[in-house]
Amino acid sequence: MLGIEDPLIWLAYLACLAAAAVSVGYGIAQRNRAPDTLTREDRTWAKEEKKVENEL
Amino acid sequence: MTGHAAIDSIDILVILLYLVATGYLGWLGWKGTKSASDFLLAGRGAHPVIMAISYGATFISTSAIVGFGGVAGLFGMSLLWLTFLNIGVGIFIAFAVLGEPTRRIGHHLGAHTFPELLGLRYQSKGIQVFSGALIFLFMPLYIAAVMTGGSVFAASQFGVDFEVALLIFSLITAAYVIPGGLKAVMYTDTLQGIIMILGMLFLLWFTYDSLGGVIQAHQTLTSMANMVPKPLQEMGHQGWTAMPEFGWGAKNYELWWTVVTAIILGVGIGVLAQPQLIVRFMTVRSRRELDRAVPTGALFIILMTGTPFVVGSLSNAWFMQNGPLLHGKMVKQISAEQNRAVIHVMKEASPGRWEAVMNPKTGKPSLAPVAVAERQPAVDAKGQPFEKVSGRSIAVVYAKGQADEIIPTYITSALPRWFGLLFFLTLLSAAMSTMSSQFHTLGTAAGRDLWEQLIGKPADGQPSLKVVRLAIVAGLLVSVTLAYTVRDEYVIARFTAIFFGLCAATFMPAYIGGLFSRRVTRPGAVASMLVGFFVSLFWLLFIKSREAGAIGLVKAVTGGKSSLVEDVLNWPSVDPIVIALPLSLLTLALVSAVTRPPDTAHLARCFPEKPL
Repeated sequence: MLGIEDPLIWLAYLACLAAAAVSVGYGIAQRNRAPDTLTREDRTWAKEEKKVENEL
Repeated sequence: MTGHAAIDSIDILVILLYLVATGYLGWLGWKGTKSASDFLLAGRGAHPVIMAISYGATFISTSAIVGFGGVAGLFGMSLLWLTFLNIGVGIFIAFAVLGEPTRRIGHHLGAHTFPELLGLRYQSKGIQVFSGALIFLFMPLYIAAVMTGGSVFAASQFGVDFEVALLIFSLITAAYVIPGGLKAVMYTDTLQGIIMILGMLFLLWFTYDSLGGVIQAHQTLTSMANMVPKPLQEMGHQGWTAMPEFGWGAKNYELWWTVVTAIILGVGIGVLAQPQLIVRFMTVRSRRELDRAVPTGALFIILMTGTPFVVGSLSNAWFMQNGPLLHGKMVKQISAEQNRAVIHVMKEASPGRWEAVMNPKTGKPSLAPVAVAERQPAVDAKGQPFEKVSGRSIAVVYAKGQADEIIPTYITSALPRWFGLLFFLTLLSAAMSTMSSQFHTLGTAAGRDLWEQLIGKPADGQPSLKVVRLAIVAGLLVSVTLAYTVRDEYVIARFTAIFFGLCAATFMPAYIGGLFSRRVTRPGAVASMLVGFFVSLFWLLFIKSREAGAIGLVKAVTGGKSSLVEDVLNWPSVDPIVIALPLSLLTLALVSAVTRPPDTAHLARCFPEKPL
């Protein structure tokens, strides 16, 4: 397959493409499924993170 | 193989333009609202594509492209399993499984570095300090790998010595990270990521096109299995489109254990415990953003690792068809039908007189497998007539035996010069985006996790700025020294694998256990981290012959052996991760089972979404 005789290599080749395809499919399927809320805790964390960054 | 002509004024102008553009974006980010936390503060998230490319650009460096691409040039397409893990584990599991719990627990506990996350989760200053110290001490190995990758290519592309390239690379790095390039400016990472995408797309297209298409290219490479050099055959190399020979207890299984345990598993799984990547999850707005970033992340990674691994392997086919002719005396016929032979490489010492080229390592005449192009009568240095065989060989021969040189040699030999410059910018981008996060992690480990925990935060409330700067300068110096002194074959991949493996064995069970289990305890985490770290270290110092032999401690103890189990095949080829990670995991489970569970108030802080 694909000009490669060893099944473990063409399988790796196809597995990479399949993993990428599954990832794309997952991203599309989950696009709006999870909640997207920014809590006060998230904001507090971001403020502190900003301070840490600026300190650097 | 000679590189391109020396650097010219157009090269310098393009590089300067690139640096100015990067600096400008960095400056915009510095004064504006373009870091991840700025996006959060502004009440919105970074665009998932930007977030994914930024993450990918941090993940992928010159180490993956030059180092692991070169290893693929040497060992073949079995490295595609690493690409599979990079996507499946490094992107899918990391984003879809670990990302949200990391973000949530990091925000609940107010953690801003990876050691701090572990320290707060287990209520242990010791864990934070230990983790910070490990990162501070060992991150330079990974930085050195990234620097070596960039410098090897620059040396080949611009025809300068490696040392000069390394010096220039170090100066650019210092100029970038010391004054402020540490800020995780997503747009800078994204610019760098886009350059990387363009570079890789062209490289992949060019390589397949020049070899007659995907299937034809693979068939040519498959037909080259009989050109694998004898020392690699003896280790179990069965061709560039075949897995190494698998088994236990014989020399011809060595390559399988090296490729699968160190390169594929060590790096493929180890990515989950990379501190500079884990902290990125905390800067994400929500689970939805993480989910949306998965497709771009996966496509970016397949391009960034799949391309160098495929191109590295196929460079053998390109050199066999198009490489410069090598000349020499035939040692043995490989295949009469395919007209292939092994030759003692010779050069024309004086007009009409040919003499052997000696291998500097062995002191014997250099051997090379060639696809024979012509045979002519010639005369050797002693005046004796012989049949001069001329032909083209495989990538590692043109790379002078150094796997790290395979990708640079291929780019400078096969591709147009303008692409060499684009590829240099690709590598510079890959290196800069990774190194900014490496130095960021190293600096915060030294300042926030070590200094402030051990000495305390200064009374004026200002951070330990001097400590951070000093740590970064020290990290830079150590990295440059390592890159300068250790120039062994495929050192880039080995340095990377050591750091990834060490982080995996030390951090992964405690990190993942801490995200998902209420039952893991502080003593369990401490014991697991210590076991993971010390077993890895012991293995590197005394068992794994390549590293142990190079460090030398085992030689002093055993009177010259490169491993305590040198005579017991194949233990010296097994990577520490295969031993240390399961032991670390087992320790976490056992010690947690017999120690008192964490108090419920703390667990309620860690997991408020799931009350007891």
